[in-house]
Formats: sequence, structure tokens, C-alpha cells
Amino acid sequence: MALLQIAEPGQSAAPHERKIGVGIDLGTTNSLVSAVKSGQCVTLADEHERHLLPSVVNYSEASIDVGYHARDNSNADPANTIMSIKRFMGRSLADVTAHWDQLPYQFVADSISPRFITPRGELNPIQISSHILSALKKRAEARMGEEITGAVITVPAYFDDAQRQGTKDAAQLAGLNVLRLLNEPTAAAIAYGLDSKEEGVIAVYDLGGGTFDVSILRLNKGVFEVLATGGNSALGGDDFDHLLASHLAQQLGLDAVAEKQNHRRLMNAGKEVKESLSNADSSVVSIQLVGAEQSTQLSMQLEQFNQLIDVLVKQTISTCKRAVKDARVSIEEVDNVIMVGGSTRVPLVRQQVEVFFKKAPLTSIDPDKVVAIGAGIQADILVGNKPDSDMLLLDVLPLSLGIETMGGLVEKIIPRNTTIPVAKAQEFTTFKDGQTAMLVHVLQGERELVEHCRSLAKFTLKGIPAMTAGAAHIRVTFQVDADGLLNVTAMEKSSGVKAEVQVKPSYGLEESEILDMLKSSMQNAKQDMQARMLKEQQVDASRVLEAMHGALAEDGDELLSDKERDAIDHALRNLGLCAADNDVDAIKRAIDVVDKLSQDFAARRMDKSIQKALAGHSVDNI
Amino acid sequence: MMNYFELYNLPEQFEIDLIKLKDHYQTLQKLTHPDRFASASEQQKRMYLTKNSQVNDAYSVLKSPISRGEHLLIVRGVKLPSEQDTVGDIEFLMEQMEWRETLDDATSAQALEKLVVDNHEILVKQEKIISAFLSHNREQDNQAAAQELGKMKFMVKLADEIETKLDRITDS
Repeated sequence: MALLQIAEPGQSAAPHERKIGVGIDLGTTNSLVSAVKSGQCVTLADEHERHLLPSVVNYSEASIDVGYHARDNSNADPANTIMSIKRFMGRSLADVTAHWDQLPYQFVADSISPRFITPRGELNPIQISSHILSALKKRAEARMGEEITGAVITVPAYFDDAQRQGTKDAAQLAGLNVLRLLNEPTAAAIAYGLDSKEEGVIAVYDLGGGTFDVSILRLNKGVFEVLATGGNSALGGDDFDHLLASHLAQQLGLDAVAEKQNHRRLMNAGKEVKESLSNADSSVVSIQLVGAEQSTQLSMQLEQFNQLIDVLVKQTISTCKRAVKDARVSIEEVDNVIMVGGSTRVPLVRQQVEVFFKKAPLTSIDPDKVVAIGAGIQADILVGNKPDSDMLLLDVLPLSLGIETMGGLVEKIIPRNTTIPVAKAQEFTTFKDGQTAMLVHVLQGERELVEHCRSLAKFTLKGIPAMTAGAAHIRVTFQVDADGLLNVTAMEKSSGVKAEVQVKPSYGLEESEILDMLKSSMQNAKQDMQARMLKEQQVDASRVLEAMHGALAEDGDELLSDKERDAIDHALRNLGLCAADNDVDAIKRAIDVVDKLSQDFAARRMDKSIQKALAGHSVDNI
Repeated sequence: MMNYFELYNLPEQFEIDLIKLKDHYQTLQKLTHPDRFASASEQQKRMYLTKNSQVNDAYSVLKSPISRGEHLLIVRGVKLPSEQDTVGDIEFLMEQMEWRETLDDATSAQALEKLVVDNHEILVKQEKIISAFLSHNREQDNQAAAQELGKMKFMVKLADEIETKLDRITDS
């Protein structure tokens, strides 16, 4: 039996208790979850030892089915089997159907944002994504045998605010604590340890099942700047399978009807050929046609396969060319090329990428898993398992943020590639005498006209005191956090009136809608929920107590007056008493009181630590 | 308005040590970046998000001479002239028009490259002029510096336009 550990009085009971942080690659075709196990970040498998989870959800009255089973039976129930939900995230229905017509789903009419009609009711992309995330969370909990403290979730580098917010909302809905949204190419670079380098230019070539993305990143002392992105959201490894399937049909002499009838079998055979040609010069596949007594054997040479897919691979290379040009770097400046996505196993792809970038791409990490692994490494650091880690990832705003001005023009408030978090304030004034409200339209994009940028939100500022035109000064503050998410606050300066801000996200959900969804999804388990909330509050309380006692011991005498100290001590005693009781609200209130009373103290401590660190530097420099 | 020189523990002056600025930037990032507080209380998260935003903004302000000069003037309590105020400077207006004409007339890569060089020389000179005005905190000199900063802003904008035109020519 292990010896019981007893901590020194006043110290944390378990200072080195490991917390579980997971990395999640929420992909268009497949998703993965990873975590650090005995010092190594690995992707977590399901009970059949499969690491990928197809991003496919089937809805029936009885169940919500996510993964292989849903995917493999999609033909039986196409209307209720949702695939590639990532394409819908933060988009209007019209945006999506403009690219993909003939979708087998039923949508709610008169709805700008897509709402799927399913046997489980009307569902939006955030809810559907949350079901995929729930399945990954469940897998991680089962594999790690513990609760998940938090998750790092990857998103494409070009995702705008609505798409990022949607992803974060979906995670919240799945009961995940989001530590950070991370750009997919950045995650791939972390998996290869490239973030420990001083500086360099990295190209990430990501060919998935149904999408192709290329990103050019510049790394400079821990700052990952996205120089350019490019891609094709309708080109991927599945297109290789399609080409192979129709080639096989041709060889078998099938007519159009027979080809359609045998579609699935041909596709599977095509996939098999593709996979075996990844490490062989020729492949033999047997295919049993519908109604045939015997299976037919077909052989295929790597050479033939290469000829078939050459045109598609060339397309990806010309996209790379454009991205490199947009990034304003030369091919020689690109130090590393990373391969991401299962389709980069195809030899011709690797070959062409190597020829174009004039260097061998990095392929030692499984291209299906590399993004998830990078996210897992970052998650492990963010939950606090590596307190000595010096790694700091700084991101930049992917697309400029601006507001609509007179004449349908967009005025940029925060330009793209600004290091985030960032806050910028802008002043507005009224146009008419006695005006008491103002509409602010927030947009994201690089173009000058409103119609060419993405509408993020419309805010109505209300309660402006009536004044003559131009006399009111409304200060609107745009705060972008480390995930690239925007928050807006407004205030009328001359009167000090805080203008009410009504946020209406153009796509996505209001905070209250998420809360409602969370509530309704948990109604059945109401008691569980209450027990869990109590436990969470108690954990919070002990964390606050521990942190405050530590802070007081360190700086209490120096930074607090006797009166302030007394007030905080009193509030802490009260919190200690509440935490021992079962009243969730009382604990919450007690924590709030401590928070409020200690706000100045916390700020003074922060300033002191900054001054100390910078003063130390100045001395070093002399 | 926050004093960014103070935040970075740098002397309140136009000429600053750029290496020290970068060094302090990295120290401040390590102390205040939200990733360091991913598991902290909401209060701490908010506090450090605000501080880290200031650290980022301060770095971009102090890095570039124009915004650094403007920030120094604001810290000194000088009101910066708005764009309308500079319109009154007839001499500068004439200069601007001349530059625009020169840019319009330059159609070859060589001509544009020469403009890039000329523009750069002027910017270097301009920075020295501004630095001299700002070396003392005197009302008259501060006003003059504000005027010169306005001119420098125009030259930077012009430099962008020259580069864009040059790119178009070399790309086609």
C-alpha cells in the first residue's frame, strides 16, 4: 500500500497533483482527442483501438450516434446523418448552400443561420458539433480515468470571430472548459517542437479527407504570425478515391447504372488501392459486384495512380505557390514544411511538395494525429502541469476588425496580424440633435466595403443622454482575447452613462441561448447537476482560500493597510465557514465578496511583480 | 491614458533603447499573458487580460517612432492636432501635391525604386528633426514636433503607396 502523504500545515495538500488537459482536433471529416501520458502526448483510442472519430452524427428518436457507425450507415438515413458540420459553423445557410447544393438535409425555412430538422428536434451547427465534442470528452474520461480539467481546441487559421465563437460555444455546451483555441497549423508546428526555435518560416500543408489548407507561419521568439493562408474547401483525399472508383468501374466495363449501384464497393476498393500504394509500387484489389457470384481481381500500378491524381496534386501546389507569394517570402526562406492530414501519405503528394518547397517535408509524426498532438502538448502546459515551461504562444488576429461608417464603408479598428489580446477604443458621436440611440455594425475582413466583409454583430447603444448633434462622446472599446474572440463595451463619456450594449451575433448564439441549451440538456440529471455544482463551488472556495492565504503571507503586510487586511481576513473566515456547508449560493456569494475586497490587493501584487521583474532586468543590463 | 514608458520601465523620452524595449516586452509577456492564468480565478483572468492588452498595445506604440512621439506628447499633456488642423499648412500641402505628382509620373520599376530611396532618406531626416524637438519638454518645441509628426505620417503612408505600386509592376 502506498504511504499517505501529509502536507505541511498551511501548504497546498497536493502541490503536484496532475491535472488532465486534452487537445482536440475538431476536423471536417475526422476528429481526435489527445493527452499527455507519462510525459508523452498521445492520441486516445476508443474501445476498438481506433484513434480517429469520424465527424458524423446520426440522429434518431432513440439515440444520438457519433462516429464510425453513423458514417458507415449514412446511406440508410442520409437526411438525419450530418456530415462535415464544420463547414456550417458560423456561416449562414446561404453561404453553405452556395458551395454545396444537393445536401440531403432538411433545414428550417426562414432562418438565416442553418437549423437542421432532425428526430431530436431542430439543431444548429453548434449543437451538432457539441455532440462530436461530447463523444471525444467521454472517450478521454474513460481512457484517462479522471475528469478533464480543460481542453485546447484547434481551428483553421483563417476562421473568423463567428466561427471561433461557435467552436468555443460548442465546447462549452459539451461541458468542456476551453483553455484556448489554437490555430491548426500552429498546433502542428508545436507537435514538431518548432516553437522552441528562435525564428523561422514554416509552411503547413494540410490535405484532409475533404479539404485542403496551406498556411505560411512566421515564428519569432514564441510569436506565431500567420503570414498567409490558402486552400480549397472542396478538395481532399476523398477526391482521389472518387477518381480511383471511376477508373475501376471503367476497367470493369460498368455502365452508369451499374457504377451507381456499386458506388460504395467501388469507393472502398479505391480507398484500399490508395492506401496500399502508399508503401508499394503495385496493388491488387478484389471487388465483388452487386449480384455477382465471384469477386474480380484488379491490379494497379503506382505509375497509373499517379497519373490519375496528378491534376489534383498540381492544384494544391499552385495554391501553395499563391500562399507563398501572399506571405511575401521566397521559397528559400521557408525553413520547414509540415505534412498534415491522412492524404499526405500518398507518395506523389510528398514528392511534389518536396519539389516545390525544395526541401523534404516533416513526416515523422502521423499526419492524422499531428494537430491533435500539438493541441495536447499546449493543453498540458495550460492546466499547469509544467510550471517551469518557458513556452509562450502568442497569436495574432487573423482578420481585421472594423465598423461600418457612412456610405457602407468599413473603418478598421484593429488591423489583422495585431498581437492578441488587444484592446482598442474608438469614439463616436451623434448625428442628430436629441439622438439617444446608435447602431454600431461590427465587421471582420480586409475589404473596404461592408458587403465584402463578414458581419459579426450589430450593437444598439441605448440610453445616450439627449444632447445637440456631435456633443455626445461615446467611447466603444473592442477587446479581443487570447482566442481571438471579440467583446465590445460602450460608454458615454461626458455624462459617464454606461450605454447599454445589445449584442446580436449575426451567426451563432447569445450567451443566454447557450445557458438555456445547457439547462435543457441537463434537466434530466438535475440532482446530479446540483451535487456537481456544489462540489465545483467547494473546490473553487478552497482554491480561493489557498491562493489568498499564500498571497497574504507573501505581501499582506507590505501592500495592505490594517483596515483592508481586517476586511479580507473577515471575508476569508466567512468563506471558510460557508465552504463547509451545503449552500451553493452562499459559497458563491462569499467568493464574490472575497474577490471584490481583494481586487485592489491583486492589482497591487501584479504591479509589484512587474516592477520587480523589470527592475531586475535593468540591473542586469548595466 | 496609461503611460507606456512607465509600464515598460523606460525613460520618458523619444530616443529609446529598442533592444531593451524588446527585452522588457518578453519579460512582461511572461508575467501577464492569459495562458499563464488559464486555471486562475475569473478576477485574475480579467485583470491580466487587461494588463496584457496594454503590454501589447504599448509595444506596438513604442516600437514605431511616429506613435512613440505622439504618445510622448500625450504624456506631456500636449493636444495633438487633428487632420483638419494640418490642412492650414500651405507649404506642406504643396509638398504633398508634388509628391503625389511624382508618384503618378513614376511608371517604371527604376523610377519607383528611386522614390523608395528618396522617401526613406526623408524619413530618416524627419526622425532626427522630431527627436531634436522632443529632447526638451518645451511648449513651443512640442508643438513643432506635433507638426513634424503629421508630416512624417504622410511620408509613411506615401511609402506604402510606392511599395504597392512597385509590387504591381514587378508582379505583372
